Amino acid sequence: MFKIISNRLAQGYRTTKYPKEPIQLYSRFRGLPEINTDCDPALVKQCADLCPQAAILVEEKKIDLGRCTFCGECARVAEGAFVRFSQNFEMGTARREDLITAGSLPDLATHAKAHFKKLFGRSLQLRQVSAGGCNACEADTNVLGTPFFDLSRFGIDFVASPRHADGIHVTGPITRNMKAALLATYEAVPEPKVVIASGCCPISGGPFHGSSEIIADLNSLIPVDLYIPGCPPHPLTTLHALLAFFKK
Amino acid sequence: MDKLLQISNGEVVPRQRIPQVDFARFFRILTDFVANNGYIVHFFAYIDDGRSKLLAVVRNSNLFILGTEVNGEFPSLTLTIGTKFHLFEREIAEQYGIRPAGHPWLKMVRYHANATGRPDVFGNEYRVDIPGKYDFFQVQGEGIHEVAVGPVHAGIIEPGHFRFQCAGEEVLNLEIQLGYQHRGIERMLTTVPQNRLPVICEAIAGDTTIGHNLCCCQAIEALAGLKVVAGARTARTIALELERIANHIGDLGALSGDVAFNPPAAYFGRIRGEFLNLLLVLCGNRFGKGLIRPGGITQALTGEQRDIIQAKILELRPEIEHVCDLLFSAHTVLARFEYTGTVGRKVADELGLVGYCGRASGLEYDVREFFPTECYADLPPNANKVTNGDVYSRAMVRSEEIMHSLTLIEMLLKRPEQPHRPVVMAENHLAPESLVVTLNEGWRGEVSHCLLTDADGGIARYKVKDPSFHNWTGLAMALRNQEISDFPLCNKSFNLSYCGFDL
Repeated sequence: MFKIISNRLAQGYRTTKYPKEPIQLYSRFRGLPEINTDCDPALVKQCADLCPQAAILVEEKKIDLGRCTFCGECARVAEGAFVRFSQNFEMGTARREDLITAGSLPDLATHAKAHFKKLFGRSLQLRQVSAGGCNACEADTNVLGTPFFDLSRFGIDFVASPRHADGIHVTGPITRNMKAALLATYEAVPEPKVVIASGCCPISGGPFHGSSEIIADLNSLIPVDLYIPGCPPHPLTTLHALLAFFKK
Repeated sequence: MDKLLQISNGEVVPRQRIPQVDFARFFRILTDFVANNGYIVHFFAYIDDGRSKLLAVVRNSNLFILGTEVNGEFPSLTLTIGTKFHLFEREIAEQYGIRPAGHPWLKMVRYHANATGRPDVFGNEYRVDIPGKYDFFQVQGEGIHEVAVGPVHAGIIEPGHFRFQCAGEEVLNLEIQLGYQHRGIERMLTTVPQNRLPVICEAIAGDTTIGHNLCCCQAIEALAGLKVVAGARTARTIALELERIANHIGDLGALSGDVAFNPPAAYFGRIRGEFLNLLLVLCGNRFGKGLIRPGGITQALTGEQRDIIQAKILELRPEIEHVCDLLFSAHTVLARFEYTGTVGRKVADELGLVGYCGRASGLEYDVREFFPTECYADLPPNANKVTNGDVYSRAMVRSEEIMHSLTLIEMLLKRPEQPHRPVVMAENHLAPESLVVTLNEGWRGEVSHCLLTDADGGIARYKVKDPSFHNWTGLAMALRNQEISDFPLCNKSFNLSYCGFDL
């Protein structure tokens, strides 16, 4: 008992004040890209050739955040002449096409599906489905339950049964072997329900794009309401997306 | 024995030097080797000029290779030599349609069609989604009941199916069926351009990003003749140790949560995040994605990052000791940890367990000590005091390794700063007709990649092995005659990778 109290005192209160107060991530963190649209097309081409994800659109001078793993390879070309990554982690979008960006994203809080805010703004219960992938997305979603993020204080929880859930949070590129289980889980969630695609895998196949063993695009199976880019998304990216999309 | 070719970790071996013997000889040599403290690192099939070949990479205190040719079928080594071969043989059957005749439990591993167009060994029809046509091991009798769990679980975890045969609360047999995360990684690695290799290897198992990508990059470096400077080696070693610490701390917290002792679960959950954030300080990603590329690292380890890591370790070490003391001295915790899920040394040895699962059962194998890469040849090895093979031992080994890893990082940070330039991904010319095997002690144990190149320097075969491939059977054995309610605890004490297994 003494040890429990002594540990409790030593640990103190650790929960972040975000979103009431901003939070600054370390300078090496790669968040929302800043794109120089005046960049020499030859350099853009060089970035596109280096990109392992084929995420750079040369003509449009845009990056597809739904494909990008934020590896930072392009930012090392000519010291970031075409692209640099900011520390802005707020990158969730309601529409797939908005992820193809020249450096700015629409305000997620003003998305078109406002009825979700009325339905789930005070309580949101999600069922997580890991449909392939590498478990990094799952790990950094799990982390939202730790004292630093403490997701429950916002009325958002991950639940054990799809019957108790308002929606599903999907990670992974949807392997052929998980397709049936994913669809069964989706079916088991009562209407009205939401679908969240987390990480570049369920958006575009992520690092596995082109594999014959995956479906790659979650939206081709079930309608996606919220996209959270990253490889994996930083826990704060997920937290921001959930709060902006569902809270008033 | 004389035919085995000794190789070293990360050495480029011309393919014509791979000793090729007839199957009878292959069988005899491996029988002898495995009977004398020999273990399997890889055992896989590949196609060489239209012919099916098998390659075994085996280890005792040294590393050896041996090859043979087969023709659609070979007598099962599992049947006569032992269980160390059983999953490898099932994998060969699934990947290449080659039947290990007489295999005692010949069942698919990951559920996918083979690469050769041979008829499927298991009679599965892969156009049909999982579940396919396969039986589970069943216990018959009055009062025997079966419990099926997964693939979708009641938490934020990866998919897998567990089938328990129970008499009341007692588990008589657990069969673990994986494959749900199969992404076709090995085949992809032979077809994609080189700049995708590290990104894919970082996603074999996200919690082993550094371990797997290090194996990949060391292999490319060997085949392309790239030199890695000392400063980059230091950073890569620190990254591998940070990955180990973060995962072990997370698991100690989760183990505590599984026995409903919440304070350490909360504290370790938070402290794990601190270490992930140190990986972010190194490279901008909490899992170390994007840090290591062939030839070095992408962002230099400068004084600024060294100071941040040093200060954090100074702050966190006493906290970790404090919480460990709370966890390991609580009698409610000890009552659940001790004598639960025991895998004795004999069983661990027969299965060839690796990493902390092996060390907790008394198998003193650590790649960092046996086949050192990066900076490990100059660093002191770890030793484990509690090796009874139960949940308590696996937890204690983790706590000992955390402290050891903290010391290693501090030693590395004391070295004078060695300047090194960041590397940019480039297309490298790889040595043609060559073989390379790389091993690293990832946080779960022996991670190993084996590459075979063709006449043009293209990658003809890329074999990946996560330590989980050895250890899942250990979990199944740990559950024998345990109460089914202890499954989550046993499972967490092993904490194996589903995606690393499924590839």
